[in-house]
Parts: sequence; C-alpha cells; structure tokens
Amino acid sequence: MLLLVLRRLLQTALILLGVAAITFLLLYALPADPARMIAGRSATAQTVANIRRELGLDQPFPVQFWTYLHGILQGNLGRSYAQKTDVGALIMARLPATLILMAAGIFVEVVLGLILGIIAALRRGGPVDRVVMMASFVGVSAPQFVVALLLLYVFAVTLGWFPMSGFGSAAHVVLPAATLGILGAGWYARMVRSAMIDVLNQDYVRTARAKGLSSARIVLRHALPNALLPIIAMIGIDIGQFMGGVVVVEAVYGWPGIGQLAWQAIQQVDIPIIMGVTLVSALAIVLGNLLADIIAPLIDPRIRAR
Amino acid sequence: MTMSAPTPILTVRNLCVDARTPEGRQRVLHDVSFDLISGETLCIAGESGSGKSVTSLSIMGLLPKASLQVASGTIRLGEKDLVALSNRAMRSVRGGDIAMVFQEPMTSLNPVMSIGAQLTEAIREHQGPEGGAAETIARQMLDAVHITEPVRRLTQYPHELSGGMRQRVMIAMALSCRPKVLIADEPTTALDVTVQAQILKLMRELKQEFGASIILITHDMGVVAQMADRVAVMQNGRIIEQGDALSIFENPKQPYTQELLAAVPRLGAHAGNDAPPRVSAITAPSVSVSPAPILQVRNLDVTYGSPVRRLFRGMLPAAAVSEVSFELRPGETLGLVGESGSGKSTTGKAVLGLIPFTGHVVIDGQNIAGLSARQMRPVRRSAQMIFQDPYASLDPRMAVGAAIAEPLVIHGLGDRSERDDRVAELLRHVGLQPDAATRYPHEFSGGQRQRICIARALALQPKLIVADESVAALDVSVRARVLDLMLELQETMGLAYLFISHDMAVVERMSHNVAVMRGGRIVEMGTRRAVFENPQDDYTKALMAAVPIPDPRARHIA
Repeated sequence: MLLLVLRRLLQTALILLGVAAITFLLLYALPADPARMIAGRSATAQTVANIRRELGLDQPFPVQFWTYLHGILQGNLGRSYAQKTDVGALIMARLPATLILMAAGIFVEVVLGLILGIIAALRRGGPVDRVVMMASFVGVSAPQFVVALLLLYVFAVTLGWFPMSGFGSAAHVVLPAATLGILGAGWYARMVRSAMIDVLNQDYVRTARAKGLSSARIVLRHALPNALLPIIAMIGIDIGQFMGGVVVVEAVYGWPGIGQLAWQAIQQVDIPIIMGVTLVSALAIVLGNLLADIIAPLIDPRIRAR
Repeated sequence: MTMSAPTPILTVRNLCVDARTPEGRQRVLHDVSFDLISGETLCIAGESGSGKSVTSLSIMGLLPKASLQVASGTIRLGEKDLVALSNRAMRSVRGGDIAMVFQEPMTSLNPVMSIGAQLTEAIREHQGPEGGAAETIARQMLDAVHITEPVRRLTQYPHELSGGMRQRVMIAMALSCRPKVLIADEPTTALDVTVQAQILKLMRELKQEFGASIILITHDMGVVAQMADRVAVMQNGRIIEQGDALSIFENPKQPYTQELLAAVPRLGAHAGNDAPPRVSAITAPSVSVSPAPILQVRNLDVTYGSPVRRLFRGMLPAAAVSEVSFELRPGETLGLVGESGSGKSTTGKAVLGLIPFTGHVVIDGQNIAGLSARQMRPVRRSAQMIFQDPYASLDPRMAVGAAIAEPLVIHGLGDRSERDDRVAELLRHVGLQPDAATRYPHEFSGGQRQRICIARALALQPKLIVADESVAALDVSVRARVLDLMLELQETMGLAYLFISHDMAVVERMSHNVAVMRGGRIVEMGTRRAVFENPQDDYTKALMAAVPIPDPRARHIA
C-alpha cells in the first residue's frame, strides 16, 4: 500500500510537469497579448513594451518556461498580471469554497445515482425502470447552464426556497450542488443499474437467497459492495469532469471558488492564474484517482492480496 | 405397504412449472411427483434440460420470477405447502428447514465477504444467537466439514480457498442451521475426481451426523450409484422412472433409463484390449507397422510470466509444465489425464505452438520450436485443435458452412464451389446433413456443435488433432456418440489424437497409450493396459480409486 502511494506520488509529479508544459505552450500560442490587456486600449506601444519586459514576456519560450518551472519547484505559482498578487494565495483563498461545492456535488450525484440505479435494477423492465432511465438520459444530456437556470427559476425565483446566488450558508450550497450532481447522477444511475443487474445474477446472490436472507440484506450487504467496485473507479475519474462543470456553475451562481477565478482570468488573459488553476485541477484529478485506488482494496479483498 | 410405512419429510405432487416465453407460456415441468423419505438420499438424475434443476429451485422458491412460475401442484414440508407460502414465511424455510448447495463453488460465495461473515449470517438469520455464539457454531461447522485451521479460515476470503474447500464451506453453511432437507445440485461436477470423492464421502457422513435427508441432483450415474437410496430419472421435464437404487441400476424399465446407463463410460470396461473398440465397418489399413511418429515431444517446459513481468511484479517463475516427453504415431491416441492444474491443457497448447515453450516439439518432421507465426502456418495444416466448449468456440454470427470453410480460406485452398463441396463432405463425415452449412450455431445442440467443431478441425486434412476436454461439456448419451465419431474418423483417416481429459473412463475408452500428469510432470506413462490394469504410481492409483463406479453394489467411496 505504501509502495503504491509512493509510486503514485512520483507519477503525479510527472503528470503535473506534463500538464504544466502543455498548458504553458497552449497559452503561449494564444493570439491575445497579456501586456496589451493590462496596459489598456489607449496605451502607447512604449508602455506595452515596458510591461512586457517587466513580466518577462519578451523572453523566448524556453526561457519563460524554465523561469516558470523554477518558480513552481519552489512552491511559487507566480504573480497575477491583473491583480498583482501572489497566485498561490489567491487560489488558496478560494479553494475551500470549491472543495465544499465539489463535495456536495459528488454527494448529490453518488447518492442520487445509487438510489435511482438500485431501484431501476430491482424493477428492471418495469415502468419504474423506464422512467428512471428516461430521467437519467435527460439528466446526462441537459447542458449544465440550462439545468442551473431551470433550478434557479423554480426553486429560487418562483418558490423562493433557496437564495439566488452567493456563499455563506448551507442553503446557498443546495442549488449549485444539485446542478453539478444532476448531470452526474444520470451517469451513475445507469452505471449502478447495469452493475447491479450483473451482480444480482451472480451465483453468490442466489446463495444468499437460499440462506433465507431478507431482500434488503441481499441487496445492501451482498450485491451492493460488489456493484460498487466499478463505481468507485468511476468517481476517481469523474473528479476531472467535475472541474469543468465547476467553472460554469460557479459563474452562474456567483460562487467564490477557483472556477470563478479561472473564468475571470481567462477573460483577462491572466496567464499565471490560468496556469495555477489548471495545475490545481490536475492535482485534484490525480489525487481523486489515488483515493479510488486506496478505497477499492478496502472493499475488495482480491485486490488487497496483490 | 411394507413393514413400517416410511414417513415422507417432503412430498411433491403434480408439480407443473411454466416458462414465460415471447410465444406465450410453455410448460417445462410436467406433473412431477415424488416423496423424500426421512433420512434417505434421493438422487434426481437426468441430462441437461431434463428439468432437474427447475425442480430443486421450485422447492426452494428460488425460480427466477421473470421467466419461470409454478403453475400447479403442491410441495409439502410437514404441514406447510411451500407453493402457497408467503414470501416472508418462505424465507424461514429457505436456509432453515431446507438448505441448498450449488454446483459452482468458485462463484457461489460472495468474493467481498469473509468466510466467517457468510457463515454467521445464515446462523443469525435463523437461530438469532448474538455475537460470539454464532462464531462458535461457525467454527464447529468448519470443523465438521474437516477444514483445517477453522479459526483462521473464518477471517479468510473465498479467493484464498481451493474449489474443494469452498464447497466444504458451502456445505458447512447449508448445514449450519440443521435443516431437515439438504438439496445438492451437482455439488461435485465442477470438482476434480479425487476432491469429488472426498466431498461425497463428507456428505454421507454428515447425513448421519445431522440427520438430514438429501436430494442430490446429478447427471453422473456413477455419483448416483455411490450415493442414492432411491433414484428418480428425469427426461424432458418429467420423472419417467423412480425406484430404489438397486432396481433402477439392475432392472431399468424405461428405454431412456437403459440408454442412459448403457452410455455411462465405466472404468475397466475395456480391460484386456490394447486398442480402442473398432466402431467402423470399414476395415481400415492397419497402421500397426509403426511408421514415423507424427508428434515427438522432448523435454517440454512451459513457464508462466515473462521475465520482464517477473522482475517488476516480484513474481516467481511458475513452471506450468516441466520435462514432458512423449511420442504419438499416426492412427494412435495418447490420453493425457490429470486434475485441474496438472498442466495437461498447457501441454496441449504448447504442442500446437499456441504458447511459448522451451524444448523440442516435432510435428510431422518439423521442429516448431522458435518458428515465427508465418513459418507455423504450413505446420498448422497438419495439426488442429478441438476445444472443450462447443458453445464458445463457434462464432454465433457466422454460418456453420463459413466456419468450416474458414481454415480453407485462410490457407487459400480451392475456389468457392470446391470449398462448398468440401464443407458438404465434411458435414457428412461428422454425421450432419449438408444443408446444415447455411444455418447458424444457435440452431444446433451441444453435441451437434461439437460435431461442427470436429468438421472444422478436419477441413485441412490434419494428421494430428489435439482434443482438449472435447466431450466434457456434453451429456453422457451425446458424449458416447461423439466419442464413437472420433474413433471412426481415426480408423478411416489414420488420425492421431492427443486426447486431453480429466475423465479416466473416457480416456480408457479412447486411448492406445496413456500419460498421467500431476503438477506439470508426467508421473506415469505406458500402454493403456499397463496404466489401467497395473498402475505403478500412487497418484494413478488414487485417481482410479476416486472414480465413482456406476454400480450401487460396488460402493467404494465410503
């Protein structure tokens, strides 16, 4: 187990290096000129050139990249062009809000997906199954901003149950988390359904029935842990999907997380912030997968043995 | 009745079960009636599709609701009619009054629950003791089924146990609530013959100890003879004959029962003969002039796990086969017997160059060691393989004719019409109508599919055929006919077979020479008379002693 974690941490470093290189190259190739953005429309060419020199943007690409890497290795993500502050501090200030949102979103999608998936599997072929599968299809297909606006209209504007936007209380989390979760829940419902149907047909489930156990015990104690194994691997991968959704949801609900930070930075071509958020996202994805790999053997003794 | 009327513990009367199909209801079980007498073992014998498993699942109330349903009849256990029982009441019967052991020990235990959790769960469900008491019973049960180190086993998981041990755990689980009736559905079919003998012996002991009555469902008449007090023979969803074991075996009334018994291969049935029985009317040219061997194997070694993977995974090199040597001449059969893991299938694959090996393998004068796939091609024409599972080894989307013609196409032999003629000829050879060529595998039974596989193997006119458990998946009556076909083809075409099987009686019937494998090595090899009539190695003797003899008077698995 320790060996696994060590090996994965080494892999993580390599992945982050790769992500940094690719993102840096892509941003470098952008037609937008950060120096011009900072200086403003009316600035003279001289001012723009000064700013460019000040930021080191006049250097050739390899030098810029090296300088940046050098910074990262010392834990320095650079300074924001627009806000003139340390990127690391900016991200750290906003990270907790995003983590809360993600945790709530994953909770919604996993719980909703599990419940719907199990019900559909137990009632497979019946009307309940069909309704759940239709709903999950809609959930998967609907664009996130549409779901967000719909939820806002129904629950915030019409019913007034939850605040429109902002951050601070538990009520604020509900709609953004639901928006994030509904999309994923459709996926999970389908995954859980097929995994459960597969497991329910296994010989050991028949054995459990032959013991005279209750249906609830058969489903929850015998079938579910086996059906969860592929789902856990999925959650690890899913964190990456989530980061994309977070940008949209934070923008719609005015959620002060790193998604919003990234959204503003993109508009301002604030390269250090974009780089920083990308690296943090990549780190989250890798850690999510690592977490899935650590949890799986806790459930499945066959993986433990290896 | 006779002296004291025996009291039935379970009474099944006029049980009918319907299957729901897209074409409407279809009856799969017709008026099944039988009694299970207290303390006896009733064997329900029959081939696949006879309805024996449907009968047992009906008693347990475990029929898959979506597809099968009890249409009429009663199943009485004491005062209760199990057919009419509510789901809730049925739960206390299942596992409490009636327990069941299934065929597949490898998949019948939950892989993510410890043995202890799975054992105590049933005990708590039916007897409700708290905490330690259930654990104590679980440990005693593991003791009762002779599992060593029961305390440690309780914390282990199914994948850490062998097939035989898992089946012992299943039996322990089934008996832990002291059921009145134990239903065992093909409990030893998936096990090696020596393990089968141990499990059968265990079931006999435990029947005494726990006072349970047993319904044993099996296709194997040898097992029936060793275990049954009474026998019910099923065919096409009906019980066609029932009676005490001796009268069924010695005086079967129904033609089907007679057929079934006649088809059972008996170990020692061919004692005194050097060669398999002749089955064709044609007097084939005698091949006993000992021509050059078609297959020579010298010092064959197969090791699993590449050196690179071993280096990274820290795996030890696992020798699957070591120092195997033998020869095979045209028109002869070498039987390769052994239990699972003995290396017999690995040897078969290595001989055809399907897996990497070291040593010498000479097919028809050509050493295939180190040949590239391209260089192997001409060799493959003379050596073909027939696999175990005729259901899995035919492409369901490919017409039978196309499947048989495929080897011809691959080797660029003949044009379309020549190939069609050849396919028709091959189908006739294996006893099928030429019009089978345009149909698809799912339209054929298991035996017919295996005939198709044989036709495909024969397409290139090979001299050597490796048959790996080629009849193991077939019912006995079908198996006998496929074996006859193989013998006939050998006589007419001078084929050499490397016949791989775990079934001693089948090997005896088919082989000129026999090699017994264990742990990757040949422990004994010789003519079939030498090996079967005068076995030298202790393992060979143990294997032969474990084979159930289909004669209730000759119970030797005590």
